[in-house]
Amino acid sequence: MRPARLTVLTAVAAVAALTAVTGCAEKSGAGDGAVKVAASDSACEVSKTEFPAGKVTLEVENKGSKVTEVYVLFPDDRIVAERENIGPGTKASITAEIKAGDYEIACKPGMKGDGIRQKIKATGNGAAEKRSPELDAAVAEYRKYVQEQADQTLPKAQAFADAVKAGDVEGAKKAYAASRLGWERTEPVAESFGDIDPKVDVREDGLEAGQDPAKDWTGWHRLEKALWADNKIDDGEKKLADQLITDLTDWQKKVGQAEITPTSMANGAKELLDEVASGKVTGEEERYSRTDLVDFKANVEGAQKAYELLKPVAAKNDPALSAELDKQFAAMNTLLDKYRADKNTYDFTSYETVGQDQRKELSDAVSALGEPLSKLAAAVAK
Amino acid sequence: MSDDTITTGGAAEAAAADAAGEATGEATGGPSRRSVLGWGGAGLALGAAAAGGTVAALTDTTDPVPAALSGSAVPFHGKHQAGIASAVQDRLHFAAFDVKTKDRAELVQLLKDWTRAAERMTAGLPVGEGAVGGLPEAPPDDTGEALGLKPSRLTLTIGFGASLFAKDRFGLEGMRPEALIDLEQFPGDNLDPAKSGGDLCVQACADDPQVAVHAIRQLARIGFGKTAVRWSQLGFGKTSSTTPDEQTPRNMMGFKDGTRNVSGTDTAALDKHVWVSDEAKGASAWMADGSYLVARRIRMRIETWDRTPLQEQEDIFGRDKAEGAPVGKSKERDEPFLKAMKPQAHVRLAHPESNSGATILRRGYSFTDGSDGLGRLDAGLFFLAYQRDVRKGFVPIQRNLSKNDALNEYIQHVSSALFAVPSGVRDKDDWWGRALFA
Repeated sequence: MRPARLTVLTAVAAVAALTAVTGCAEKSGAGDGAVKVAASDSACEVSKTEFPAGKVTLEVENKGSKVTEVYVLFPDDRIVAERENIGPGTKASITAEIKAGDYEIACKPGMKGDGIRQKIKATGNGAAEKRSPELDAAVAEYRKYVQEQADQTLPKAQAFADAVKAGDVEGAKKAYAASRLGWERTEPVAESFGDIDPKVDVREDGLEAGQDPAKDWTGWHRLEKALWADNKIDDGEKKLADQLITDLTDWQKKVGQAEITPTSMANGAKELLDEVASGKVTGEEERYSRTDLVDFKANVEGAQKAYELLKPVAAKNDPALSAELDKQFAAMNTLLDKYRADKNTYDFTSYETVGQDQRKELSDAVSALGEPLSKLAAAVAK
Repeated sequence: MSDDTITTGGAAEAAAADAAGEATGEATGGPSRRSVLGWGGAGLALGAAAAGGTVAALTDTTDPVPAALSGSAVPFHGKHQAGIASAVQDRLHFAAFDVKTKDRAELVQLLKDWTRAAERMTAGLPVGEGAVGGLPEAPPDDTGEALGLKPSRLTLTIGFGASLFAKDRFGLEGMRPEALIDLEQFPGDNLDPAKSGGDLCVQACADDPQVAVHAIRQLARIGFGKTAVRWSQLGFGKTSSTTPDEQTPRNMMGFKDGTRNVSGTDTAALDKHVWVSDEAKGASAWMADGSYLVARRIRMRIETWDRTPLQEQEDIFGRDKAEGAPVGKSKERDEPFLKAMKPQAHVRLAHPESNSGATILRRGYSFTDGSDGLGRLDAGLFFLAYQRDVRKGFVPIQRNLSKNDALNEYIQHVSSALFAVPSGVRDKDDWWGRALFA
């Protein structure tokens, strides 16, 4: 968690995203120009696959037996617009302002999976962002990864919350670090939802003037303090555990809507290393539980995931940089492995026992990886 | 510290002007200023922000304005590295680095990259593609805080520490010069290992602190992954002068210190005491035209010093506080009569006559790093001394001082390092340390 941030990843609700692309949008009749989408359990039929850019209305009818949802997607799976919970036999309309370019419509019967896809095209003025299929694929994969991390976090966070609610201090302590892995791996995306991050991952010193720690401090670190420093679980903590689950569920729902581009992925990877440099190496992040190295590892894993997905393009554009990043990721992981007995677990040494020389060594490794990582966006943007 | 480690050949300044081009801002000793600027000029179109400084440097060749006032560029190329005999600038950022890579080729590449960056920065140009105008998605090559500033006589001087020559590291064990010794523990030393030593060092001197800090920051950045900053020190208010026509600056104790320093224009003294002979043989052969640098952070016990009576202060130094004249003399630059001083006076003990002629060139700086948590000023002298052989320069002087100097009650050495400083970079195909790695 960073107290304040200027992120390149701007997550926005679909409507806001569309506002951003309206600059060159042509006017287009909403009513009779509507695109009809017939969704069923096995099909997603679109009345026209080409229409003028601008304000477009999708008239959706669910003719199937399962509840469905319909998405308009950029080629990289970014969401242009969506409508959830369209029950069997019901109709819904989705209105969006769409810039010229290629898109896909996806119907998701049962609201699961990648859905049934239809390619569509918006024509007219307003240049669509042209991107290589390789980069679109990288963004789509990363989007999937981000969602998976959120999906996998929920049960782990639930286990943590359950232990808190059962008054089981030891159990909660054990479940704490693992519940944060998914969040830490995708933190730049998670943080891009400005309203969620301060609720779940703020530290006491991140509160703003006028905020009362007793009332306004929520999330993991508030519970961390209760467990390790205060060594107690009261009703307040139990409520906070429920609140954490509510907020994380909100994140899980929204995370797929994050605005992600190849360069924001690259810079997000760099930001993860920045997180390590500013909060983990210094021992500020997990000051009570001393599980800083778990977060550290998760940040590195998340950065590496983004890098690996961009690597086919980066390696072509800047082979020397790619070789350097391979080397520095390997060196970083080797160094981190020194702090856990078993590479298959996330049981890392308590940061309390990591000496000043070792912290310097970790800090040097972070600089060694973070500096070339800051050049990844340029390699991708070439 | 070792004040007044004088040279005997003080009269040779005029004749020596040639070989010490850096000292006067005239590129007479090494490659010409024109050639440097010709190269630098290529970058001028790109780095428009540096134009003011570089133009100043161009006009400086015919302009009588002293280099120190013009903000001009000191030539980077030459037989010796700039930053040793060069006229001392006002500010310092000194950094010691650990080499992290185990790959010799990678270290060589880094030294080449650093050299190219140093060439640009000393000419007042940003490194690489500059600080602005690049890809919006990527951080610029240069961090930009020196944009629009003059070259400010920036010099960058590199040195190699003994640890770089360790066995099974870079295959340099056979190249470790004899003079690159492990400094002994002197009485009273309280050295912090985390702020001592280092595989590499870079001394950045400039008249503008922003320029000096910028330079070290860029090199640190270029080095990440290959090197890591081990420790660094900022300095201000030069505490010694290599230009005898200027008044000697005062140290944090309020005294003029280093009055009889080796002059940057005294080639005879430089050749005798500072530069390694170009006839150097064996493991030291690559050090021809280089020098050895001792860096010591010397903390001063400021508060107790300030409570010391004036007479005692003057007795401790062996000079008066107002004029800086040696005991019994009236002018700062009068020849000191050592026997008139107290036996434990600093000037007396540091003088070559008290140390079998041992002479070093000093270009130390004062430092103040705020307060120490006990409310005491964390201040003192960052001592930098160049010599041909530390075994005949710093070591005998410091042995004498650490045992006897009355000043020891008010100072403590808290950090220490020794570096072999190779010869200068001859031209734009040459690089820092080529003779060592060739």
